[in-house]
This record gives sequence, structure tokens and C-alpha cells, in this order.
Amino acid sequence: MNDRIIFENVSKFYGEVLGVNRISLSIPPGITTLVGPNGSGKTTLMNLMTGLVQPSSGQISVMGFSPSNSPELFRILGYCAQFDSFPRGITGWDFIFDSLMLHGMYEAQAYEMTVEALQRVQLGDAAHRRIAGYSKGMRQKARLAQAIAHHPRVLVLDEPLNGLDPMARAESIALFQELGRQGMHLLISSHILDEVDRISDRVVLITGGYLVAEGSIQQVRQEVREKPMQVLIRCDQPALLAAKMFSVNHCVEARLHADGKGVFLRTGDIDQFYTMLNGIAAEGLVKVESVAPADDDASAIYQYLIGSDGGAS
Amino acid sequence: MQEAMTTYLVNLAQQPWGLWWLQMRRLVRIEVRRNLFSWKAGWVYFLAFIPTFIIFMHFALASHRSSQISEDTNVLAGIVQLYYIRLGIFFGCLSIFSRLIRGEMIERSLHFYLLSPVRRELLLLSKFVAGAISAVLLFGSAVVTGFVFIYAGFGAAGRDYVFDGPGLVQLEAYLSITVLACLGYGAVFLLLSMIFRNPMPAAMVLLGWEAINPVLPSLLQKLSVASYLRHLMPVSVSADGIFALLTVETEPVPAWAATLGLLALIAVVLCYSCYRIRTLEIRYTTD
Repeated sequence: MNDRIIFENVSKFYGEVLGVNRISLSIPPGITTLVGPNGSGKTTLMNLMTGLVQPSSGQISVMGFSPSNSPELFRILGYCAQFDSFPRGITGWDFIFDSLMLHGMYEAQAYEMTVEALQRVQLGDAAHRRIAGYSKGMRQKARLAQAIAHHPRVLVLDEPLNGLDPMARAESIALFQELGRQGMHLLISSHILDEVDRISDRVVLITGGYLVAEGSIQQVRQEVREKPMQVLIRCDQPALLAAKMFSVNHCVEARLHADGKGVFLRTGDIDQFYTMLNGIAAEGLVKVESVAPADDDASAIYQYLIGSDGGAS
Repeated sequence: MQEAMTTYLVNLAQQPWGLWWLQMRRLVRIEVRRNLFSWKAGWVYFLAFIPTFIIFMHFALASHRSSQISEDTNVLAGIVQLYYIRLGIFFGCLSIFSRLIRGEMIERSLHFYLLSPVRRELLLLSKFVAGAISAVLLFGSAVVTGFVFIYAGFGAAGRDYVFDGPGLVQLEAYLSITVLACLGYGAVFLLLSMIFRNPMPAAMVLLGWEAINPVLPSLLQKLSVASYLRHLMPVSVSADGIFALLTVETEPVPAWAATLGLLALIAVVLCYSCYRIRTLEIRYTTD
């Protein structure tokens, strides 16, 4: 069986409104983050791969299955959508148990898997209360539990950290990491980039319905190599280092760190930058403690590519 | 041709019928629970049992003479034909069946079902079956209870009429009419709710269509639920004034033909609904 999620030249128009345009992707197992501002097409992409909307053109294949009315696909796929709504009057337990029973399970098996899913999201105590009385975070957990209850191989999570407190966020991220380690496909959209990019194997950047870049964060960064890159250098004489580095034309910006023990330097040629830095360090003019890319994360790449900080996707 | 037919039958036999049966049972159970035991069902209970309540008051307060049995039989037939078929079951089914798909879209919960490993056609048919069971349970029990109260007041004469006379045959006919009305209106309202964001205006047009249907050409009469049911009435109802329009008897049609005609209409409507749900998209913001 194909182990990839494949979009081949997929476009979706809602009447005259563009959802996504000519998207081609081949997503391997692991954790993939979808990044883009409001209305960029992230949810459309997720809805397309789960068959909730049909593509206007192009082909989609999820692990070899077409998402259109495909019960086989939904045996291996869980989707935690962003819609904060549930069937009326339902309890957390019934919500998950009923969905498992629709897989054709025996009651005993569905019972065990419901208990397991509720425990994984730590919602066991409130399971028999009506979801209408849950907090936003608990409702988010209930949706997540329902999405993972049947042990899917592909998990699609639309803004899964919304409404969660810091502790619950950390728990959810740990859960995503664990699922990713198990070889599962995780496709996550989130605006809390600094939390999800740490666990992502790859990012997909979209804006205005167009694919901007995709790959591992480092690969995507490579793709935009002509853009200036920012590096934080911890050293004993940051002002001197900044002056030295600023004398070369590929260094376009220097900013002292707030604690006075480091400097942010932005360069248009990272290879030359490191060569020169090595020379300065070898001369002994400046004692360098550490060198680290300051913007090698999804948020910074997003800034470069889309011109926004990605804080409101 | 024969080979193609054999292949088709083999394919048909290889379908996961057991799983589909299991999924349908579960879906029907979920839907019936929601249809019958939610506060929104109160309106349907009211529509079903308000005539029963009135008949009960008549049973409890009025005096009954055996000479009045035929009069009360006509009253019951009038209630079934003029109230249940035209209004009670009509609006009850509108309430139940338009919630099955459209209601879930308004509440933004339909995607949970579409993301489950259930064929969309099976989902639609299960919801239809659940709606039909709910409607038949409510209106069927209301008709039976009304029937019991109509004849209970007559004592031995009433018992004779029911058990030794035409009573049971009439009850059977009323129940058949109730079941067919629930299925017919249910199928139509399920489809209307998938086509229109607000099915109410279309339902009002249908109500008008059903009212004027008896005076339309016979071909157009076939596109009506009530026209088929009229031919199944065990007691003919005569009415005056505006109600006369609702009781016009045009071409006599045998009961079996009326039943098959209505079932064919239901099948066509359900087939089209299955086609619609296959291509249904979840776009709650525009729904």
C-alpha cells in the first residue's frame, strides 16, 4: 500500500472564490505542519484530503485511497476538525463509543478503546457528562480522543492546540510526538508555530491558496537562501564583533541582544559569514561562546516567505 | 449479458452486508434516541397527540349511544384524512426529517458521520429509516390510541364494531396510511432539506400542491403523497366548504396500485437523495 498522502495539481474553487490552486504535494509518514494565515487554504487542504469537499480539479490519494466516499480510508484516518460542535445532547463517552461502533466493532472492543482514548487525552473523569457542559479545552480533547480512538494511521488535526491551557498543550504535543514516533502520518495546522515546529518533521507553507514552500524546516530555509538569515552569536564583546562583521557587505543588520552578551547578525551569505566568523575567533579578538541560527524555525521562515509573522493563521 | 449479470450478482454477494447491517442498526439507534428523546421532539408529540387528547376528552365527558358509532367512525376518518395526512404527519415529518441532514449541518455536526467508515448512501438510508421509525411510532400510537378512545365509550356495541364488524380492518387501513404517509412525506422532506438551506418555503409550496392536487390532471396527481393515500381510506369522508377540496374523489385507483405508486415515488426520491449525499460538501460557513 502507498504510504504517502499525494496531492496532484489539486485546485478547489468555491464558486468564484479560490480555496487552493494547483497544489502538488507528496507527504511521507511523520509530523507535517501546515502553516498559513487565515483563509490561506489550510482547512480546505485538510477537508479535501478527508473528502469533506471535492476538488474542482486534480487528484488526491491518501495511503492509496481516494477520499471520495471511501469507508476504507476512514478506517485508517482520524480527523480532528476545527468545528467546535458536536451532535446535540451527547456525552463524551457516547461521542467516542458511538463513533467506534460505526466501525463495526463489538461492544466490548469499542468499550475498551473508548476507555483508552479518554485516558490518552485525560478526559476520563468527565466522560459521562454532556459535552455541552464542557470547557473549550475539554471539547478540544473530546474531538482529539474521537479522532485517535480507532488507532488511525493518518491523523489530521486542524488547530488542535486551540483552547488548551499550557499543561494540556504540552500533553497534546507529547502525544503527537509519540504518535509520530509510531510511524503515523500527522498533519497539523496550528498558529502556535513555536510549539509545533519543534516536533515537525516537515512544514508546508501556503498563502492565498498557493503552495509557497514545503519540506523540512532546514530544506525550506535552504530554498530561501537568498533571503538574509539571522544568527545569534553569544560572545564577550558583541559590539566589537558587530562592527567587524558589519564591515563586510553581506551583513545587512546587527542588533545587540537585550542582555548585552550577544549579537543578532543578519547575513545574505551564510557560508561567507561563518568563514569570517571563524577567522575573527581564530584571531582571538572576540571569545565566541555559541553560534545558533536565530530564525531557523517555521515562524521566521514564514515571515520571509509570506511577509507576516504567522501569528494569526 | 448473462455473464455480466452473473458478475453483478457475485459482486453484490461480496459486499459487506453484515457490516452494513451492523452500522445501520447503530445509526438508527442513535437517531431514534435523538428524535424521540430531545426537547425538540415536543412539537412532534404535540402534533401527534392533540387529536388523541380531544378524542379522550370526548370519551371521558360525552355520552355515547350505539346509534352514534357511524357518526364517530366518520369523525375518526375525517381526523385521519383531514388532520393527520394533511397537517399532523405533514408537519411532524417536516420537523423530523428536515433535521436529519440539514439540522446536522446547522449544528455543524454532520462531518462526524461523513468521516466515519460508513458509506454515505447507507448513512442517508439509516437516517431515513430512523426518521420513519420515530414518525410511525408517534403517529401510529396516536392513531391507535385515538381509535381505542373512539370506540371504548360505546361499551359492548363498540367492541362488536371493532372485533366483529369492520373496526379492525379500518384500524389496519389507518395504520397503513400512517406508515405510508410517514415514509412518503419523510422521503420528500429529507430531499428538500438537502436541496434547500431552509426547506420551510418549499414545504409550504408542497402543502399547497397537495391541497389543489385532487383537481389537477391525473398525471400530475401521481406527484403527490396525499393523492395515493386518499385511495386507501377505508371510510369516505364528505366535507363542506374549503374542506371539500381536500376530499375530492377523482379517478378511483385500486389500493394495491396506490400503495405501489407511492412506494415507487419514495424509491425515486430516495435514489436521488443518495445521489445528492454522495456529492455533498461540508461548508458550514455557507450553510
